[in-house]
Amino acid sequence: MPDRTSDPSTRTESTEPTGRQRLRAAMHARWSRGQAVVGVLLAVLGFAAVVQVRANDADEVFVGAREGDLIALINTLALATDRAEAEIADLRRTRDSLQDDAESTATAIAVARERADTLGILAGTLPAEGPGIRITVEAQAGELGSEQLLNGLQELRNAGAEAIEINDEVRVVAQSGLTEGPDGRLAVDGVLLDPPYVIDVIGDPHTLATALEFDGGFIEEVEAVAGSVSVEQLDTVDVTSTRRPVPPRFANPVEEE
Amino acid sequence: MIGALGLALGVVLGLLLQPDVPFWLQPYLPIAVVAALDAVFGALRAFLDGIFDDKVFVVSFISNVLIAALIVYLGDQLGVGGQLSTGVIVVLGIRIFSNVAAIRRHLFHA
Repeated sequence: MPDRTSDPSTRTESTEPTGRQRLRAAMHARWSRGQAVVGVLLAVLGFAAVVQVRANDADEVFVGAREGDLIALINTLALATDRAEAEIADLRRTRDSLQDDAESTATAIAVARERADTLGILAGTLPAEGPGIRITVEAQAGELGSEQLLNGLQELRNAGAEAIEINDEVRVVAQSGLTEGPDGRLAVDGVLLDPPYVIDVIGDPHTLATALEFDGGFIEEVEAVAGSVSVEQLDTVDVTSTRRPVPPRFANPVEEE
Repeated sequence: MIGALGLALGVVLGLLLQPDVPFWLQPYLPIAVVAALDAVFGALRAFLDGIFDDKVFVVSFISNVLIAALIVYLGDQLGVGGQLSTGVIVVLGIRIFSNVAAIRRHLFHA
């Protein structure tokens, strides 16, 4: 049918470019506003498509999971969260109580340490320093008896002496015993002392010095029997000798309620 | 040509930046992408038909995306978001297929 071959569709094909020709022409198309807008829109499309594909990849684990499974999963997660939260609260409480404990322990330790210092100085187990006086008794062996020394120590204690030491050798404490050696030398806790006797006392210097000076006091008493006594008031007196504590064998503390 | 360049540029940008989809955009983005694809294939067909107009393309592209998003939003509000999304996808898919068929006839005469 010749008519068919020359019908309008074939005629338009010869005058108008075909799709392929248009596409080929578009490949060499020049820059134009329309092309730019199309480019921008296609860029947006590509960007959005890639982003969406990536976002979809991210949570593919649960894709296709059945509703029941998902609900069970959520319930499990909620339970786990509850448990974790309970645990957090528990741990927080434990931490708080431990903190309280630590604080009270620290306080107890500080108090105990203070008490240990006090008792250590009283019992003579710790060296001590502080203001006080130094008494020097110039006397020959045998001239000064334990009686006078005992009286003197008593007066010093009354005046608030906190730590007493003789000749940098012997610490005088509550349990100390005063004796006289065979050659008339004084002995404290069995340690023989050589004159001159130097007694270091820690306490209020003025009070201590006054306690020794009154009528019939240590100085007069000693000077009546022998030698001379000099008293120095010092800002710092070092009491360096210590005494090993003797644990009581018979005495037991009475428990207080 | 510039269109193809733009498409490639967008893909590369998306791969490089790897942005997270904001939460409010998550339900709309897939539908919007499909709607835009429909507009692009329609434009390609029009171009091969020799009736391509960039103004028409811009308007159809944007209106396609907006209407797709609007339908999804409406579906969400009505409680039939999933079904409506499926419907939109089906319609757009049919359109894309018919456009691609036309393009195929142009390019391969088959």
